[in-house]
Amino acid sequence: MFTQTPQRLTRRVLASKLADALTTPHGVDRYVELVRPAFSLREVRAQVVAVRRATARSVTLTLRPNDNWQGFRAGQFVRLSVEIDGVRHTRCYSPASSAHVGDLVELTAHARPDGVVSPFLRACAQPGAVVSLSQAEGDFALPDERPEQLLLISGGSGITPVMAMLRTLCHEGHRGQIAFLHYARDEHDVAYRRQLAELAAGHANVRLLHGYTRSPGTGELDGRFARAHLQAAGIDPAQALTFACGPTGLLDAVRSTWAQDGLEQRLHVEQFSAPAPAAVPDGEHVAGSLRFARSGVEAGGTAASLLDQAEAAGLSPKSGCRMGICHTCTCRKLEGAVRDLRTGEISTAPDELIQICVNAPVGDVTLDI
Amino acid sequence: MSTTSPPQLSPEQLDAFGRELDAIRERVIADLGERDAAYIRRIIKAQRGLEIGGRALLELAFLPPAWLAGTAALSVSKILDNMEIGHNVMHGQYDWMNDAAVNGQAFEWDSACPSEQWRHSHNYMHHTHTNILGKDRDIGYGVLRMSEDQKWHPYYLGNPVYAALLALFFQWGVALHDLEVEKLNTGKAKWSDKRGMLKDIWRKGRRQALKDYALFPLLAGPGAPFTFAGNATANAVRNVWAFMIIFCGHFPEGTHEFTLEETEGETRGQWYYRQLLGSANLTGGELFHVMSGNLSHQIEHHLFPDLPAHRYAELAVEVREICARYGLPYNSGPLHKQFGSVVKKIVKLALPGDGGEEPDAPEPVAGEPVAVERELVAA
Repeated sequence: MFTQTPQRLTRRVLASKLADALTTPHGVDRYVELVRPAFSLREVRAQVVAVRRATARSVTLTLRPNDNWQGFRAGQFVRLSVEIDGVRHTRCYSPASSAHVGDLVELTAHARPDGVVSPFLRACAQPGAVVSLSQAEGDFALPDERPEQLLLISGGSGITPVMAMLRTLCHEGHRGQIAFLHYARDEHDVAYRRQLAELAAGHANVRLLHGYTRSPGTGELDGRFARAHLQAAGIDPAQALTFACGPTGLLDAVRSTWAQDGLEQRLHVEQFSAPAPAAVPDGEHVAGSLRFARSGVEAGGTAASLLDQAEAAGLSPKSGCRMGICHTCTCRKLEGAVRDLRTGEISTAPDELIQICVNAPVGDVTLDI
Repeated sequence: MSTTSPPQLSPEQLDAFGRELDAIRERVIADLGERDAAYIRRIIKAQRGLEIGGRALLELAFLPPAWLAGTAALSVSKILDNMEIGHNVMHGQYDWMNDAAVNGQAFEWDSACPSEQWRHSHNYMHHTHTNILGKDRDIGYGVLRMSEDQKWHPYYLGNPVYAALLALFFQWGVALHDLEVEKLNTGKAKWSDKRGMLKDIWRKGRRQALKDYALFPLLAGPGAPFTFAGNATANAVRNVWAFMIIFCGHFPEGTHEFTLEETEGETRGQWYYRQLLGSANLTGGELFHVMSGNLSHQIEHHLFPDLPAHRYAELAVEVREICARYGLPYNSGPLHKQFGSVVKKIVKLALPGDGGEEPDAPEPVAGEPVAVERELVAA
């Protein structure tokens, strides 16, 4: 296309060594992003092009990632970063769109009452906003050799990765048998109800069954997952490859059913893990374990500062004043809760920067050291 | 250095003083949010805009108005980059935003000094050991005599000349600061230990010089000498301005110094006390404060080095009130007055002895409010 050429030329100029030398030490991105927020030479950023609120709890974002996006395999997830009240938060979401719609990605978030990012997106997401993405990650993905028989099981917000699988296969004109079992509170709580119905109507090989846990008798399946539902779906788990995603209760039931039949090898599950608990009893020291992710060292947690404990574990992280002034020891806390030894304040946010000389662990903590 | 001894507080008073300052810090931390994020982004946008504009004008630097406007814009850009953005971001003031663009450990500034070395010499050495003789290497930067307690040597006859040179080439002085050249001279450190640091200084300095003194001038074609001169002037303006503001932070008349023995086993309250007495503020308008990177609020900066600096003006009102209640001095004055006293000190200390100042006043009675020679804060 003619319009592509000047764009590509601009990018080549901006990515040149000369441009880098002229914009040192900040780099080209830090200038261009002031006028084109979605531009970056390396980072994946995306512009929100459409926002849909299909149910009372869900919000579906259609994103247009920049040129750095390498696409995804159906079932994988991305890390989405958004800024809320000045603070950047990152959460994992699985694209629900077909992997073959190259330049657009669709994500659906379900607002959880105790959440931070999902309620914000539900309330505030607007077309035009720019968000940051990671490249797609995860092994929960359709194999390149498409299975002859496929069973997809999802509960609640777990619908997104299996939705991507279904859409991708339909997009490819895949002929193999596909059964889709979805569990939700009631029919109004299914973000993709209309799209699922359309796919099932348009593809004879797709069999769609709903189970409504809070409105029994209204779906094709009765209540929560049970072995009988497999017969209703007309699919044999021994023959099919199964992908299941959803809350713990559903996945436990599926796992134990497959285990009883010795079919663990034919089952893939993905559980959406919730961020660290928001409240910790009394802020007292709660025994846990410390994990230093980068060095692969583990240690039993004590009430001492994380810096002291890292050093006791034989590590030598950067440090300076040891009293919370100089920020030399600042590092990324990947997971867990910490207590500020100066104020007693507890912080539970995942993926945040902390000063390890003035913070002690409360329960399990993982640091990027 | 003050000629009077600082007012003394009882341990109980010091604890209470520390708790009041801690309370301010905690309140601000809890309130950090969109307002602070929007502020620093606005400053960054202004700086990048001025830089692009300034450099574009300097490509036409053979036209005198373009040279003047371009040099002015680039000077302001470099000052904003180093002070209100670089210095403050590198303190971790915006780490809570979790944004790589304003991450204290990742930020690099438009200066010859590698930011990693700056974080060590400034955030750690200077801010932890502020005004402790023999510990705080910002006293004299290893080349000047800034305290009577530094032993005189004929070398110091050149004090005013060294100060003028340091001011003019401040970014290079800062770049070499963390090397601790004085330790190399006395044999306390070996050149071979400093190879890594030297390599980093060389790499950073070369990139900075290449951009300002080769690439942008060459892009201007025949106008290259004018562009070169504009860039050199912008660097010098930034150097002299940063030197003035920084030297007004701890050296004006009325600031106190401390000995290692005095500060051993310091409590939180004593640490705050030392930061307050070792620092001095500059008075001025809003633009002046922004251009000084809010280091004009040096006292608030030293009490709360990791709180966003644009809040210092608000905090100063409370800090002054607290100081007045505890009978502590709050050293503050306009730039010409504070810098004048710094220049006086630099000249006086070129000569042997204590610079001919009055001998120390007798120790005041502990806990009693003390009259200080500087501006006393309004109660």
